Amino acid sequence: MSSDWPLWEVFVRARGGLDHRHVGSVHAPDAGIAIRHARDTYTRREEGVSLWVVRSNEITASDPSEAEEMFEPAASKIYRHPTFYDLPDEVKHM
Amino acid sequence: MDKALFEYLLRLGDDSLVLAQRLCEWSSRAPTLEVDLSLSNLGLDLVGQAQLLLGYAGEVEGQGRDEDRLAYHRDAEEYRNCLLVEQPNGDFAQTMARHFLFSIYRELLLDELVGSSDTRLAEIAAKAVKETRYHAELASDWVIRLGDGTEESHRRMQDGLDWFWRFVDEMFAVDEVERVLIERGIAVDPAVTREAFDARVTQVVKSATLEVKPSTWPQTGGRQGNHTEHLSTMLAEMQVLPRRYPEATW
Repeated sequence: MSSDWPLWEVFVRARGGLDHRHVGSVHAPDAGIAIRHARDTYTRREEGVSLWVVRSNEITASDPSEAEEMFEPAASKIYRHPTFYDLPDEVKHM
Repeated sequence: MDKALFEYLLRLGDDSLVLAQRLCEWSSRAPTLEVDLSLSNLGLDLVGQAQLLLGYAGEVEGQGRDEDRLAYHRDAEEYRNCLLVEQPNGDFAQTMARHFLFSIYRELLLDELVGSSDTRLAEIAAKAVKETRYHAELASDWVIRLGDGTEESHRRMQDGLDWFWRFVDEMFAVDEVERVLIERGIAVDPAVTREAFDARVTQVVKSATLEVKPSTWPQTGGRQGNHTEHLSTMLAEMQVLPRRYPEATW
């Protein structure tokens, strides 16, 4: 039964050169079968060329109740955006 | 008509079709949603292979029968699948034991058929072998997971292997039909792959802490149309719609 199996977070690389993106989760009894379940659940329509799975309980998440002090202070630091710098014309990829 | 080739294509195509139907019986009944999807995917791969093989069989026969006609309008005694694939699903471990034994046999066979002197068959084999390799890997993972799992999963997996082993020899048997095609370089002599089959199976079964117990009562007859009673019940369900409504389209 799925409730007996641990949950795994699934990440798919859509094609070479792109990052793996989180797409969802699957239940599976071990890592190998988690990859197979991820393949059959999330890449049946050519959505990817590579898969990662990681045990959901191995992920440490930020505490939602701390969101205020965690994220709001960034709001007033407009100088952290690089829009104020004059870039030389030779710099192509910024 | 090349009667031997027609027969051979029916054997290959019927193996795929009958096993596909069995796997799809798990739809909405599998232990988890993930397994449900997984088993249906395996089934659909096999439907695709059956379409190609039976479609080609119909062309070789030259009587105007296409793959649907062959699938839906033959009775059990006209089916040429091996007995292994028609056996009922049993529990999940039994389904995996069946899929494990069949997929390894089939992967090794298709690997050889890629070099068939019949180019059409060689092309079908080249497409099917990748899918089948995945089937064999997936089934091996499950045999290991269940065999080397809990006391109950171990017992069920061992029971599954014990039950299905009696149908293994039939997959490697050669009759006059195949002998002729082997000489023409069209079919594969399954004896060539038996050693590799035993080695692969033994390796997985060992790491699953299970054992292979040779069967004292091997079953054969499917290739000649002598099936167990399970096939006709399965076909009755599979064929009822097109037989009742021959003009139905969907």
